[in-house]
Amino acid sequence: MTEANSSRLFEGADWDFATLQRIHDACEDVALIELGLDVYPNQIEVITAEQMLDAYSSIGMPLFYKHWSFGKHFAHQESFYRKGLMGLAYEIVINSSPCISYLMEENTATMQTLVIAHAAFGHNHFFKNNYLFKQWTDAAGILDYLTFSKNYIARCEERYGQAAVERTLDAAHALMSHGVNRYPGKRRPDLREEEQRERERRAYEEQAFNDLWRTVPTGPGKTIKELSIDRRRELLGLPQENILYFLEKSAPRLQSWQRELLRIVRHVAQYFYPQGQTKVMNEGTATYVHYKIMNRLHDQGGIGDGDFLEFIKAHTNVVFQPQFDDPRYSGFNPYALGFEMMQDVERIVVSPTAEDREWFPDIAGVGDPMSVLRDIWANYRDESFVSQFLSPHLMRRMSMFHLSDDPDETRGLVVQAIHDERGYRRIRRQLARQYDIGWIDPNIEIIDVDLAGDRRLLLRHSVVHGSLLDEANAKQVLQHLADLWTYDVLLQEVDAQDTVIKEHLATPRAVAMAA
Amino acid sequence: MYVIDRRLNPRGKSLENRQRFLRRAKALVQGAVRRSSESRDIKDILEGGEVVLPIGGMNEPRLQRGNSGVRDQILPGNKTYVEGDVIPRPEGGGGGAGREGGDGEGEDAFRFVLTREEFLDLFLDDLELPDLAKRRLTHMEHDSPTRAGYSVSGSPANLAISRTVRLAMMRRTALSRPTAREIELLEEEIAETVDEESKSALQAEIEALKSKAKRIPYIDPIDIRYRRFETKPKPVAQAVMFCLMDVSGSMTEHMKDLAKRFFMLLYIFLTRRYRHVDIVFIRHTDRAEEVDEKTFFYSQATGGTQVSSALETMRQVIIDRYDPSDWNIYAAQASDGDNAYSDLERTEQLLHQVLPLTQYFAYLEVSEPDSSFSSHSSLWQLYERVDSQDAPFSMRKVANRSEIFPVFRDLFERKEERQGAAQ
Repeated sequence: MTEANSSRLFEGADWDFATLQRIHDACEDVALIELGLDVYPNQIEVITAEQMLDAYSSIGMPLFYKHWSFGKHFAHQESFYRKGLMGLAYEIVINSSPCISYLMEENTATMQTLVIAHAAFGHNHFFKNNYLFKQWTDAAGILDYLTFSKNYIARCEERYGQAAVERTLDAAHALMSHGVNRYPGKRRPDLREEEQRERERRAYEEQAFNDLWRTVPTGPGKTIKELSIDRRRELLGLPQENILYFLEKSAPRLQSWQRELLRIVRHVAQYFYPQGQTKVMNEGTATYVHYKIMNRLHDQGGIGDGDFLEFIKAHTNVVFQPQFDDPRYSGFNPYALGFEMMQDVERIVVSPTAEDREWFPDIAGVGDPMSVLRDIWANYRDESFVSQFLSPHLMRRMSMFHLSDDPDETRGLVVQAIHDERGYRRIRRQLARQYDIGWIDPNIEIIDVDLAGDRRLLLRHSVVHGSLLDEANAKQVLQHLADLWTYDVLLQEVDAQDTVIKEHLATPRAVAMAA
Repeated sequence: MYVIDRRLNPRGKSLENRQRFLRRAKALVQGAVRRSSESRDIKDILEGGEVVLPIGGMNEPRLQRGNSGVRDQILPGNKTYVEGDVIPRPEGGGGGAGREGGDGEGEDAFRFVLTREEFLDLFLDDLELPDLAKRRLTHMEHDSPTRAGYSVSGSPANLAISRTVRLAMMRRTALSRPTAREIELLEEEIAETVDEESKSALQAEIEALKSKAKRIPYIDPIDIRYRRFETKPKPVAQAVMFCLMDVSGSMTEHMKDLAKRFFMLLYIFLTRRYRHVDIVFIRHTDRAEEVDEKTFFYSQATGGTQVSSALETMRQVIIDRYDPSDWNIYAAQASDGDNAYSDLERTEQLLHQVLPLTQYFAYLEVSEPDSSFSSHSSLWQLYERVDSQDAPFSMRKVANRSEIFPVFRDLFERKEERQGAAQ
């Protein structure tokens, strides 16, 4: 492969499959030997713009089950794309083994090199090594599991009708954000086994089916009043923050296929859970890696000056961070913040200032940036990464300040802290909190079921900072929840002093979800 | 590493999801069409294109925090603020303080592009010609073959000779096949020359031409074309729609425009919804004539007004061509309500003759914009009498372009049970 490094990988915009192979091999040399990355085997797929939109609208997965919401996203994206408001995403990459990266056919050879470096090495390394992904996702099994779930849902539609399946999926999607376990279990997820178990469950049901039980007259059940509250909660596994899991196990009137659907949605939610917590790190890593690789290839002469300029332009667009008063501003650009922080860590490791030595005694001046970064990529998520590695230097560079919007403050918005000695730590703490998923998602738990009475499900939202749920949304979600539960659902929003601020009640609709 | 080329995979993978979405959004899309119809030209509407849907109806709800409580933000790009500064709240919510997360899809409406087909299907879906009751179920055995261009294969009986010969000629010209005339001329030349050398040269030339003519056939199998036929099913239910319009002097441009729009819409609706619908256009002043569509909509005429003439013509056409036992007959009339006083009686008589033949008769009275309809026109009063007699009849008044759509819907909305027009 050394000849490839000493000569041009490509000239101009055109590429063919041999070019892609050369590009990949050259990137691989840099990534594995010079950067010491550790990646899943790569699978690169060349697709059209339409297919890219498609993948884009089914949350980036190539073989999702059919659901109207994906059609909605597709139509939405397409209208943007047609108007030219949006270039397509650079890259879609799938956390699976082999790691699948998509290349769009319209891209120039330079862009293909960029995407291969970014996705096939940057993201790929992150997926394989970051602790959250190791804990929560099963890269080897995900593609098979998705195929299974797609087919399973298609079979359900044939058997029970599209409408019923759609209703169940709608309800499950609405609860998706509260269908994950936030604390790792005892075992790593194993989706292959999961699929196997589904078959076994069904086989068992078929064997054990006995019409006798269906026809047993159901009188009033055993009275549960004598059970103490604690005992009752224990039996139901309460309190439970994973609403989908609770419904799958305890909703009284769901069919077994509906439980399976909830389970599928839950697994998908769980699979995407780490990605929500590592946006900045994931994109930061991939951008840092592509920047390193592209520069190295340019130095080696693999990429000509003109093509390299094209890369620089694309890269600059990716890491552009509009300022807060820019109409284009919509929060921090994860690519920009991530890349800046990775670069900053490199700077601290290689040529620290006195300030850096004071703030980061562990890494300042140790001299090997890649090993420090590899360690960071493996062991942090956005929230902990920001809270440990956001440096005063970078806060000054980006002129960060803390703005607080308190409805009781009639004068307006208050600047709580700026990038100065007094403000560094406060800004860092606050920004880390912005990436803390425990902080972003409202904390909602199922706390009780009134089994003796009307079987009402009771949920509690622990309110922080007086920030209540968005009412319209909450109402719809609770309606879905009530439809699945088939009895009333009550959600109480409770502040730190245990006083109920607000209640939402939902009653199941006449169209019974369950038979 | 291996590369896979997915470009050859079947296209339109998202089509099914899209269709599912449209099914979900049907009510919304129809609402959107109705709303936008008031501000857009009908022609534009029928282009299909973009609709704007309120996001609320297609919302995928999530449990998320609202905008209450204290919101803290770290923002980039501080220029002059120092700690403790107070910034007045920007109008319209947190302008400076963008939404948390920074990647939400926070728009209240979202727009997407429908194909013309999808659009019209959705729009026309809940409209139907009322009570298409007299179905004559003709058996599909009577498929009739209709001409449909040419094909390169077929039976000798269907050989399209002129087309074949034409193609052969094109090919011969393109390949410059020597004609018989050229060879004849050369042979004459040989006869006239005495010089041996030029004779043999000419002879060689003739040989070359002849062999070229041999190599390029006069008619080649690739020239042959056959007439192609496709079988078209016979109509299952056939309907005829009569469009009557007053084009006399009392009709202003604006009124004609209204009427035209009404009929256009009607026309599109019919041609979309029923494949076997005949349409008869009758325009009248003090005389009526049956015209083609183009004339009906786009050519000028002047004169007085005699509605009876149009009804008479309609009756005549029905007698000549559309036997009510074979056809479902519908009629729509647009007029400003003016009618010669002497003509009223005759009109009423004719109307009573025509109405029993029709499934439905819609009358649209057009007027100047923003007029208040304080007084009723003579024709309106006459028709009101008819209307009260429980005939398949309805009437509406329209003054502004934006009212056309609602009226149109009103007239042709599926009716659960047949009823006279509810005012």
